[in-house]
Amino acid sequence: MRIVLDAVTKQFGAVKAIDDVTLEIVDGELLALLGPSGCGKTTTLFAICGIHRIDSGRILFGDLEVSGLPPQRRSVGVVFQSFALYPHMSVSENIGFPLQVRKESKAEIERKVDEVADLVHIRELLERRPAQLSGGQQQRVAIARAIVRRPDILLLDEPLANLDAKLRLEMRSELRRLQKETGITAVIVTHDQVEAMSMSDRIVIMDDGRILQIGTPDEMYHRPSNKFVAGFIGNPPISFADGKVEDGRFVTEGLDFDLPDRIKKASVTAGQNITLGVRPEYLQPDFATPIEAEITFIENQGREALYDLTLAGGHVFRSIQSGEPICKLGDKIRWGIDADASFFFDDQGKRI
Amino acid sequence: MSSHLKTWPLSLFLGIVSFPLVLMYVYLVIDTITVTPPGSIIPEKFTLEDWRFLFEEATGRRPSIWSVTLNSFILASANSIVIVSISATAGYALSRLNVPFRSFFLAGMMVLHAFPTVTLIVSIFLILQMVGLYNTLIGVILVKASLLMPFGVWIMKGFYDTVPWEIEMAGVQDGASRFTVWRRLVLPQVQPGFLALGVFAFLDGWSEFILPQVLAPSSDVQVLSVYLAGLIADEFYFDFGLFKAVGLFYSVPVILLYLFFQDKLMNIYGGGSKG
Repeated sequence: MRIVLDAVTKQFGAVKAIDDVTLEIVDGELLALLGPSGCGKTTTLFAICGIHRIDSGRILFGDLEVSGLPPQRRSVGVVFQSFALYPHMSVSENIGFPLQVRKESKAEIERKVDEVADLVHIRELLERRPAQLSGGQQQRVAIARAIVRRPDILLLDEPLANLDAKLRLEMRSELRRLQKETGITAVIVTHDQVEAMSMSDRIVIMDDGRILQIGTPDEMYHRPSNKFVAGFIGNPPISFADGKVEDGRFVTEGLDFDLPDRIKKASVTAGQNITLGVRPEYLQPDFATPIEAEITFIENQGREALYDLTLAGGHVFRSIQSGEPICKLGDKIRWGIDADASFFFDDQGKRI
Repeated sequence: MSSHLKTWPLSLFLGIVSFPLVLMYVYLVIDTITVTPPGSIIPEKFTLEDWRFLFEEATGRRPSIWSVTLNSFILASANSIVIVSISATAGYALSRLNVPFRSFFLAGMMVLHAFPTVTLIVSIFLILQMVGLYNTLIGVILVKASLLMPFGVWIMKGFYDTVPWEIEMAGVQDGASRFTVWRRLVLPQVQPGFLALGVFAFLDGWSEFILPQVLAPSSDVQVLSVYLAGLIADEFYFDFGLFKAVGLFYSVPVILLYLFFQDKLMNIYGGGSKG
């Protein structure tokens, strides 16, 4: 179902946890709310499911305004970060609980529980207690409980944060499969950009209670709207260098090159402060715009190597190259950056 | 327990220290079934004379032991039921709901709990007499339960505090009302607390002396502790054999309850601190 948040604001005392958030969640998509901790993403999630009452704005499920409705009367399935399984009930009782409070018949409950248990592959665990399950199994039970009554929307709060690394990878694709198979509209809250990039149809980046950018993972990566988004997305992260525009050139200590045409055409004036952002893959030995630096750190990850380059002026850039390291710590190198693929931000942090 | 840690010196030490206590209990039993000459500790002959009170009808001087025991039992159980049922809801409210004056209530409960009962006894006596509950079991139960209430509420609040918020959020999200969430999801998780508090309140009611002594002294509402005290209150007629036998009779339920529920009772000390 299509979910719309229209100018939603939520305050805790004097602090605005979410500030004038407007957002449309398209029917059947998986949307990721991404941001550092304290950015308001979980508050947004709780506003949608009704645990937090919003102070102003509207929330629409389809055409129905739910802003004033309590959580019980919104059709929302939630998977909590700690899974929040009921410890004194068996797995099947846990999954059946939402149906039971709706007073559905025993046979009906049993049928639906079996069906959803098959879907999330926990058929053989139905008689167990939550304490007898592994983290990944608990996660599956929590998802089953959230989707058993076919809610309008499924919300997942940091669903992978409590799992170990290997399981996280497995559950990532598993969640995606379940979402695709059921066709349910889903919102996932995460602080991990890799999770958001790999799972979602669209990403919403939030900081300080505001939405900074909404877009597909690809747009986020290649066309970040501002410096924060560029810095948040991408691993290893982008490197920044502050400089000035002088005579159509980007100038900073240790680096001086011709600005790409698209930047020149955009209204940059001489003397303007400007920030360069270069992703590690756009700094390679044979790229066009030369850069002279000293290698100050090498991390060999086997398949690829990560270098830190320190310029004469103290700016640090990163480069990632496949294969074994090609130089040693302390080497003076002359590599190049791809100025066309690099980002430039004005002094407000907006991408030019 | 790791095997390299020698436990026998410890056991020996504890044995020596607790030996006088054990001896007291042993003699409590021995004295009630034997006759011992004054000044000696070796019993002379076996007798069940001291246990005759079990079969005595009520006399002018004292009521029958069974009606007194029943009164004690009623007082203890009612105390337990009232405490548990009110603490169950009050503890939840103070732990979870946005109650006005919440911190005032919490602080007030600590003070009330520490308040010495004896200082209130005169005013309580006057109040009960005014409302017509003097010399009734209900009066004693009400007073006893309300004095123990702060403690019960505080303990239950501690248990509720350990139940994760997310469980309640999940319940509400699953469509259950706040009441259903409390009854079906939260209550089962604080069950150990209820058991411990229930047993505790029972024992507390069972052992209460000063309130029934002052507020319900007449023979038809007497409880065991008052009955026991009455045995040695008589200036001319001391019967220590009888006193010890009744004392033993009085403490048997306590010991039994303790044996059955000792694990559960320990929860009361764990409840407030975990999580």
